[in-house]
Amino acid sequence: MPDPRPLAAIEAVESGLASQGYIASRQIATAVYLSEQIAKPILVEGPAGVGKTELAKAIAGWRGLKMIRMQCYEGLDEAKALYEWKYAKQLLYTQILKDKLGEVLGGAQTLHDALNQLHDFGDVFFSKEFVEPRPLLQALEQPKGCVLLIDEIDKSDAEFESLLLEILSDFQVSIPELGTIAATVPPTVILTSNSERNLGDALKRRCLHLHIGFPEQKLEERIVESRVPGISQTLRKQLVGFIHSIRTLDLKKQPSVSETIDWARVLVLLQASELGHEMVKDTLNVLLKYESDVEAALPHVTTFVANANRQNVFG
Amino acid sequence: MRDNLHRFFRAARGAGVHVSPAESIDAMRAVAKVGFEERSILRDTLLLTLAKTEDEKKSLGACFDLFFSQPEPSRPDDAKNDNHAANENQAQENQGAQAASGGQSQNLGPLAQILLSQDTSELAAAIANAASAAGLSDIRYFTQRGLFSSRILEQMGIQRLNDDLDDLTAANPALAERLTVATDALRETVRQQVSQALSLYGREEAENLRNEILRNAPLSRIEPRQIEQMRALIRQMARRLRERFSKPRKRQRRGHLDVRRTLRKNAAWGSVPFLTAWKRKHRDKPKIVAICDVSGSVARVSDFFLLLIHSLHEVVSDVRSFAFSGHLVEVSDILESKSAEEAMRDIMSTVGFGSSDYGSSFADFERQWMESVTPQTTVIVLGDARSNNLDPGADILRRISERSKRLVWLNPEGRMTWGWGDSEMPRYATFCNVVRQCATAQQLERAVSDIVSAYQ
Repeated sequence: MPDPRPLAAIEAVESGLASQGYIASRQIATAVYLSEQIAKPILVEGPAGVGKTELAKAIAGWRGLKMIRMQCYEGLDEAKALYEWKYAKQLLYTQILKDKLGEVLGGAQTLHDALNQLHDFGDVFFSKEFVEPRPLLQALEQPKGCVLLIDEIDKSDAEFESLLLEILSDFQVSIPELGTIAATVPPTVILTSNSERNLGDALKRRCLHLHIGFPEQKLEERIVESRVPGISQTLRKQLVGFIHSIRTLDLKKQPSVSETIDWARVLVLLQASELGHEMVKDTLNVLLKYESDVEAALPHVTTFVANANRQNVFG
Repeated sequence: MRDNLHRFFRAARGAGVHVSPAESIDAMRAVAKVGFEERSILRDTLLLTLAKTEDEKKSLGACFDLFFSQPEPSRPDDAKNDNHAANENQAQENQGAQAASGGQSQNLGPLAQILLSQDTSELAAAIANAASAAGLSDIRYFTQRGLFSSRILEQMGIQRLNDDLDDLTAANPALAERLTVATDALRETVRQQVSQALSLYGREEAENLRNEILRNAPLSRIEPRQIEQMRALIRQMARRLRERFSKPRKRQRRGHLDVRRTLRKNAAWGSVPFLTAWKRKHRDKPKIVAICDVSGSVARVSDFFLLLIHSLHEVVSDVRSFAFSGHLVEVSDILESKSAEEAMRDIMSTVGFGSSDYGSSFADFERQWMESVTPQTTVIVLGDARSNNLDPGADILRRISERSKRLVWLNPEGRMTWGWGDSEMPRYATFCNVVRQCATAQQLERAVSDIVSAYQ
């Protein structure tokens, strides 16, 4: 059943995210809209600090859902991501129930009878009460649905990726002792990746693939506007223009949106009303995180500042 | 519209984006949700569902723009209705024109009428319909252009048009003139359309074909303009080798039960083995010493070989490269720190293009770098073994061979010429574990893959 007004729906997503302070491009909004419509996870790739994780937070805030975050790292496994048996509780219960055992088996004459009686009690120790749900299972069990953020999936091992496949395609997990647990309400799943390693095709196939790059100048200005309200319009324009010219340099780590915002905050704190090259030189280390990058950028600062100012006058 | 999407998927595959059936189903579902009205949303939707890397997004975006700049073939039944309507219009117009053209035009075929009426939109629709009837989206190679052009023209009724033209030339030369011009324009348009379709659907095949040819071309004789493509191909090979050999090999590494450690670990339980300890098989990462001849015709093969070996960081733990013609120098640092082109230029300017002297180069190696060869090292010598009748230094090669795990000789010359003239290949070959010909990119890949897999 096609939505009669997809455009309006996508715009609604855009404004919804904007209400959480997340200024989304049209493509991001389309991705969010589609993931909801065809119930697919979104795999977000892009350089560090362009707001991949923020997107999940914004969606959760906008829809009023709980956000469950799972940070991936090397060595992350089933027991930490999916579920674990509460071993201590199991042990404790067996100790306590030891005395009960005599009563239960009291009537049994032979070993065979005793076994049969025990069988009637079933696998009490491998039931839901003894399962410790980890983030993935928690996400499936939320009664109202939730936003599941699987952060930096590229940091985890290849085996973990395979573990995710069942959850991503069917929103269910199989626990050998309990059977299959399906989601009551399919969660909105966001996976993020910094492309540290190539993800498997099987994983990619199950997701919408969204690439967030550095935003365009207009969009970035709006982002700064929403995140750093105290900044003057001139400074905002100059600052974003300057950062865009910095990004044309060949740097080890390009300044991304989070750095833009940090820098804007710093400049507001310093009560700057215009971009001066002395001030830029002093605060450049907020923007660039490597000494070699700072050195590479320094000779260009004056030109870039002048360019940014000129753009502002004529643009 | 479904047809259009299918054609688009085919075009996407042509652009090098891997569209699996499951992905195309997802794309269809997504498109059903957003509809076709907003082109930018449609574009975003397809990019989100089909393209899975940034490169793929770029090429799919370009493909989308190209694809939807073409007129869509309208449905056959619509077209028929259109034709009817058009014919009626035509008939009315023709009545006006009849006086001038002497009552000829109503005898003309439909194609001639479209051409004479100069109705561009109708002409475009007719071409698009004929193109889809002729299966234009199956075009793969540039050699098929003529075939498809003539098929489309046939489908549109060029036969009838020619007949009409013949008739008219006798009856109404002025009108015939106009029709001839229009026909030429039509042929041109169809040809353009076919070219465009080729660039849409045939890109992948053309690329595959070109890569296939390039892969089997002798490296020493490729043309300068192909070098860039060759480098790209080598990088692709490196990626493939990396993916194949850098997978974690945890399970394979478990060896026999380690009795000593097991007993010690379980001392607390009176040595009842609750916990087991296993020996681990020791597995070396490849250590490679590459000695490359960079004189004359071997230089280019060495160039690509060094490029390949040095882009295998993840797989190979330690590579030391040496280049020689008259004497030997270590070039590892240059290759690590500079881009491929610069590095090669530097190497060439220090040692390249002399006449090769294998004996003294091996002597240089033994004097300065012999200790870098350990029993885990694979030594690779790349050269044509033509030492200009100087001392071949085969005894040094024997000593290198004894110190190393394996000694591999890669020779860019064909097997037949080994031992002819000043080639010392047979003499060297006795000390080598493996000797193989290595003239094309494909042989290069196999050679490197064999060397690396010996460590698995």
